Amino acid sequence: MITIDHVSRRFGDGPDAVVALDDVSIEVKRGEIFGVVGQSGAGKSTLLRTVNALERPDSGTVTVDGTVITGLEGAALRQARHKIGMVFQHFNLVGNRTVSQNVEFALEAVGVKGDERRRRALEMLDLVGLGHRANDRPAQLSGGQRQRVGIARALASEPDVLLSDEATSALDPETTRQILDLIKRLSGELGLTVLLITHEMDVVKRICDSAALMERGRVVEQGRLAELITTPGSRVAAELFPVGEPHRIPGHSIVDITYADLSADRPVIAQLARDFEIDLSILGAAIENVAGVQAGRTRLAVPDASTTQVLTALRAQGITAWEVQAPDVQAQEVTA
Amino acid sequence: MIDPAAPEFWPQLFAVLLEGTWETLYMTAIAMAITFIVGLPLGIVLVGTEPGRFLQAPLGQRWLGRAINAVLGFVVNLGRSVPFIVLMIALIPFTRWLLGSFIGTGPAIVPLTLVAIPFFVRVVEIAVREVDAGLFEAAESLGASRWLIVRRVLLPQAWPAIALGTATTVTSIINFSAMVGVVGGGGLGNVALTYGMQRYSALHIVFVVIILFVIVQVVQWLLTRLARRLSGATPAASRAARRTERAALDLDDASIVTAPAPREPARGDTDSPTR
Repeated sequence: MITIDHVSRRFGDGPDAVVALDDVSIEVKRGEIFGVVGQSGAGKSTLLRTVNALERPDSGTVTVDGTVITGLEGAALRQARHKIGMVFQHFNLVGNRTVSQNVEFALEAVGVKGDERRRRALEMLDLVGLGHRANDRPAQLSGGQRQRVGIARALASEPDVLLSDEATSALDPETTRQILDLIKRLSGELGLTVLLITHEMDVVKRICDSAALMERGRVVEQGRLAELITTPGSRVAAELFPVGEPHRIPGHSIVDITYADLSADRPVIAQLARDFEIDLSILGAAIENVAGVQAGRTRLAVPDASTTQVLTALRAQGITAWEVQAPDVQAQEVTA
Repeated sequence: MIDPAAPEFWPQLFAVLLEGTWETLYMTAIAMAITFIVGLPLGIVLVGTEPGRFLQAPLGQRWLGRAINAVLGFVVNLGRSVPFIVLMIALIPFTRWLLGSFIGTGPAIVPLTLVAIPFFVRVVEIAVREVDAGLFEAAESLGASRWLIVRRVLLPQAWPAIALGTATTVTSIINFSAMVGVVGGGGLGNVALTYGMQRYSALHIVFVVIILFVIVQVVQWLLTRLARRLSGATPAASRAARRTERAALDLDDASIVTAPAPREPARGDTDSPTR
């Protein structure tokens, strides 16, 4: 649905130039919710803006539903933007116009007139649960409600794609959950493809089907969450399951095991300890609801002598397990 | 020297003041109306044609945007830096060409308008510049045309500041109108000049000052009220907003946390990577 193909973008010239996007390629499939995570300054905001051409890449192409967005200008671009909604961190509502006027603006941009426009705006507001606030001004609403108006406005022209620029970053945790659930529900009901950017892993965990991790203008990892969480060494998975930094334990190896779709009912670890008559210490564990399934990760300290046996036994049961290299103590100090 | 004790003094004074007030209001109103009609679009274009703004490439031509911006900025600065008295005299041939005469209250409107336009363009410029860039971005993301963005986003947001700036502009037009006696224009300034200065009537000056003060007060009061209305801060609305805020705090539904997460720069990601 959205294909970002070898896109690069730099700001400024010469030695001061900042490479915001460095040969980025991302594929978002129809109907999925795709999250791009990264620190601020990683380039994700620039990336998102290339999808509706608020930002033009220096090279590479962006295609949305078969239309090459990067080649469009003027009326054709506006036409394409009607099919791509966008919500913003700070909502960007016009403060001295009413809630329904803000939503109607989106329909005016498409050319819907009069009563029909008013009717559809109210319909959108009902959809986000704010039909009763149509005549209020944004200042009279809470942050969560304002973002609902932002969503209603973005979806009023019945787009196929929704772009979300840190839509929940200015909201408290509870409101964040409500807004994310709303986006998820609407994406299902309206068949939307959602591309969102965030610096919060919780957002990815709660609603994303796929994710990409960006760092310094590059995508360092991307894929379906269900696959990433069982990929040894995945950075996204490591962020999703916070089991702590690995520490070196003399005479032991560190093994991570991940179970998607909790087969964890089975006493896997106790079983291992009995079978091999070894002492296993659990260094950390995390169970999370990721992409709609209960998934977990456990970090074990396994005596060096039994590491290979343990890994083989785990894999035989269909559990993803791998050895984690603990950094040297010295190296750790340097990074700290 | 005029004798205030003379029986015809007061009726004459009021007749003179009435005429002067009427002429001042007439010159100011027409000059302001023309200034508004010409200055508003020019101010919008002046900001819009800056790089990165919504009019940076009119007709798809970036050079055209840059050229318009440069010329407009130059003309506005030129207009603002010429003293009014010089402008007035320099414009005499132009006024004569335009209206057939350069003497009198009507022709005096020409220099008044031309001095007010650059001033008002700056007023509009500041008002438009204050509009949150995020709003333009949102409007663009919705595929709105430039004209629609101007009507539905830019103007609604800029009106309050433009209304306040209009009050300032009116005040300075009234100010300058006191000088048009030089080209035979009337108005309260002329009353002060001919009766107050040349014929030593302090009373005339006192009344002129009072009337001018009242006019400026009324204009300022009206436009301040208008600005408040336009900003959406009707008494009912601001009360409701306060209620909502209190309720939000009480119910711990305050959705905007006090320390919002660091915002990514809207354009560019120019801050250095944190890792």
